Amino acid sequence: MSKRNLLLEIGLEEMPARFINDSIQQLSDKIEVWFKAKNIDFSDLKMFSSPRRLAVLVTDVAEGQEDSHEEAKGPAKKIALAADGSWSKAAQGFTRGQGMTVEDIYFKEINGVEYAHVKKFIEGQETANLLPELKNIITGLTFPKNMRWASEELRFVRPIKWIIAMFGNDVIPFSITGVATGNQTKGHRFLGTEHVLGSPDNYEEELLNQYVIVDSAKRKKAIRTQLENIEQDNEWVIPVDEDLLDEVTNLVEYPTALFGRFEEEFLEIPEEVLITSMKEHQRYFPVKSKSGALLPYFVTVRNGDHQHLDKVSRGNEKVLRARLADAAFFYKEDQRLSIDAALAKLKNIVYHEEIGTVAEKSSRVRELAKLISERLELDEETQKAVDRAAEISKFDLVTQMVYEFPELQGIMGEKYALQKGETSAVARAINEHYMPRNAEDGTAESDAGAVVAIAEKLDTICSFFAIDVIPSGSQDPYALRRQALGIVQTLVNKEWSLSLELLIGLSLNLVNEAGIVKKSSEEIYQELSHFFGLRLKHLLQEQGIRYDLIDAVLGSGLRDIPGLLEKADILQVKKDEAGFKESIEALSRVLNIASKAEIIGDINEELFENQQEKQLFNKFLEAAKQEEEGVSAAAFYQLLVSLKPEINNYFEHTMVMAESSEIRANRLNQMAKLATLIGKFAKVNDINVK
Amino acid sequence: MNIQNMILTLQKHWSEQGCILMQAYDVEKGAGTMSPYTFLRAIGPEPWNVAYVEPSRRPADGRYGENPNRLYQHHQFQVIMKPSPDNIQELYLDSLKALGINPLEHDIRFVEDNWENPSLGCAGLGWEVWLDGMEITQFTYFQQVGGLECKPVSVEITYGIERLASYIQDKENVFELEWTDGFTVRDIFGQPEFEHSKYTFETSDPDMLFNLFNIYEKEAHRQMEAGLVHPAYDYVLKCSHVFNILDARGAISVTERTGYIGRCRNLARKVAKTFYEEREKLGFPILARKEQLGHE
Repeated sequence: MSKRNLLLEIGLEEMPARFINDSIQQLSDKIEVWFKAKNIDFSDLKMFSSPRRLAVLVTDVAEGQEDSHEEAKGPAKKIALAADGSWSKAAQGFTRGQGMTVEDIYFKEINGVEYAHVKKFIEGQETANLLPELKNIITGLTFPKNMRWASEELRFVRPIKWIIAMFGNDVIPFSITGVATGNQTKGHRFLGTEHVLGSPDNYEEELLNQYVIVDSAKRKKAIRTQLENIEQDNEWVIPVDEDLLDEVTNLVEYPTALFGRFEEEFLEIPEEVLITSMKEHQRYFPVKSKSGALLPYFVTVRNGDHQHLDKVSRGNEKVLRARLADAAFFYKEDQRLSIDAALAKLKNIVYHEEIGTVAEKSSRVRELAKLISERLELDEETQKAVDRAAEISKFDLVTQMVYEFPELQGIMGEKYALQKGETSAVARAINEHYMPRNAEDGTAESDAGAVVAIAEKLDTICSFFAIDVIPSGSQDPYALRRQALGIVQTLVNKEWSLSLELLIGLSLNLVNEAGIVKKSSEEIYQELSHFFGLRLKHLLQEQGIRYDLIDAVLGSGLRDIPGLLEKADILQVKKDEAGFKESIEALSRVLNIASKAEIIGDINEELFENQQEKQLFNKFLEAAKQEEEGVSAAAFYQLLVSLKPEINNYFEHTMVMAESSEIRANRLNQMAKLATLIGKFAKVNDINVK
Repeated sequence: MNIQNMILTLQKHWSEQGCILMQAYDVEKGAGTMSPYTFLRAIGPEPWNVAYVEPSRRPADGRYGENPNRLYQHHQFQVIMKPSPDNIQELYLDSLKALGINPLEHDIRFVEDNWENPSLGCAGLGWEVWLDGMEITQFTYFQQVGGLECKPVSVEITYGIERLASYIQDKENVFELEWTDGFTVRDIFGQPEFEHSKYTFETSDPDMLFNLFNIYEKEAHRQMEAGLVHPAYDYVLKCSHVFNILDARGAISVTERTGYIGRCRNLARKVAKTFYEEREKLGFPILARKEQLGHE
């Protein structure tokens, strides 16, 4: 059968750069799914995108659907057959409805009941007749933000300007928001023209003639090569921020990189400010020397060709000059602001209406940080750094620079703190206390930074839970989930075994004292444990730990977090080793029986009736002693596993539920103590050993 | 090209596209969007095409006439077309050509920028237009005005006159821009810039302004109850301007700020709703007339 190429191009007013890659992927996926669902053969699917178009080229599309068979289910056998074994009316009606006869019926069992079935032959339709359905794929696209325009009802990413829908040389007829499909595209906004495609076959080349590099990967590569050429010509280094490169790729259809310069005196402004100003506001690439020093140049990517580049460059220089003059002014103004004056201003800044001012939050964070650093037994100097850093961690929020560039919070704090005579440990901690700033960011490295980071995030989470702002579903406006994960990651990276439950308790106390709390602290505490438990669960799931092992380690509470992750790792490895099942079964038996028991005083060895009781008891004492002295998670596991023979022997010879109430209580007591020890490792009876 | 000629050029261009040329509205406001010619007329089904220059007061941006880039009062050239025409981007680019900006010699881009004005209950989607990296225009498809869904959708084009002029005239300092032959921006606006800055930051009386806010707010509600949308809206604008001075003065704490913005928004929403109802009572006359013309 002959084949044709198919082209769909949606022409749009400029789409937001950040939506383009996902949108074209979505369009391509949906088309692929449609072709497969329709049983229409094709060989390949190519995606194209630019700010003004989303296009998919499907190659070698078959002229028709493949023939197929469809099974239809009818009445149950006892209804299909009359008492005399002849076909009932129901059966006849069913087959008639399917365009078949009772001769075609066969029976098939579904959930233990036999039903009449027929297999229908479906003749494949011509592809061309089905293609107008592509309209629904277009109108069914979803975007993070949609809009309406003119008098149209459709919500779409931006107004639709033209649609090319071609099957070979034929236009597939449909229309959306009054735009009818055709074979005419538009080239580059200024360099190109309207252009009629003869067929889908040379789409990419024909658009290139219209000054559109429509394959975004090629466009990106072209920009990269141009940047490299500028680097070589000038002996510069242009560090390529991949996110920026992606964005720039999706802001232009025909890229031409060019550079401009700014006055050297602006280099006195901190590098971070210059870079942020260039990247965030202007989408420029900053330029460095081979030795890594920032140079007074920038590179921008124009949507156009090489004509009049000098004019474009001069215009961009003018804009950057105004921006940098502003930044220089703010920087100078900020020099005059003392830390004390800045802190005084924080008293007037409301953090959240129901939580209070930034100054109030800072003072809670300071207290919490103090409690944490004491428990970590940090040296005196570090404790002092923690205290000062926590006290002034937010002072840069009232500087003009951070007002202008909010993403520089903490970074300007570090710079200004150093200039104003704070120690480098304090300055660094101010910067680090925001870490991790996003999913890709690392955690605070210095001890002081990590303590303040944990305290700050914990206070945020506890405060919002206290006023009943709790993340649910997609609702997490204050990014509390990310912050909780940040706390966990910081504890893990620092290998701090502080109990998370204890930390939550400390923070909640402070929030409670501040009078923010809307409901009972006990209830908030439960919600917080559940919330942190879920974060850990997700983290462990991402690490590929089996679900029941996750439940088991979380079942022993949220105390030493690095230890908890280690335990999960060990179980994940051990679960496939010989003897795992038997060990877990033995330990679980103790937990199960102990669930009925409680610990009452000491164990009375006099009441032991057999050797096995005695042996288990001795072994338990030894293990408990070792655990008390501190063992690694791996050693703890081995310790518990080594109890297996004694446990099994014990149960073989001992009846825990003895008739004598005295003996029974003593035995349950022993089980409870042993269970407590095992439970410190994991709730092993949650482990699925089948 | 001096500013006067720029304005004349833009007026001619948009008048040829069927826009009514309006004069600036005579109550203080922070942006052209707040003019009733935009805020009210973007509401409801009636077609509406206008263009006008709007002096816009931003008390917080006052710099005593000393900063080369910031002004207490700047000028916007505002275009509203409802429903948004299909070729609106081309019409806009033609206006740049009329101003002598040849797209082939520059880098013109439409960069995503969504606009929101919570104090007026407005939201829209669109772009900022970049000319060689400089934002010269806000281009917005209104989705919501005064808390009401826009049906049909208006497109708003706001040119920053001084920005654009500083590019066209190649000047670094806004005060050196030529307004017309022999007159610079400094000649015309230098003294008011200084005095308004001094007033805003130093001599204004916050107590009196707080009182005014309350009085204006009360009057807005009272007029609205009488169904008089336009007088009511004038008082909403006055509330907004007084609030802006108080805010620039630093007289409003962050908590109170949310409260005042909320009060402005409530007023704006009420006005928007009342305007719609009043036009409906009149049978949306502009729409009715257009439909009638269509049938003849």
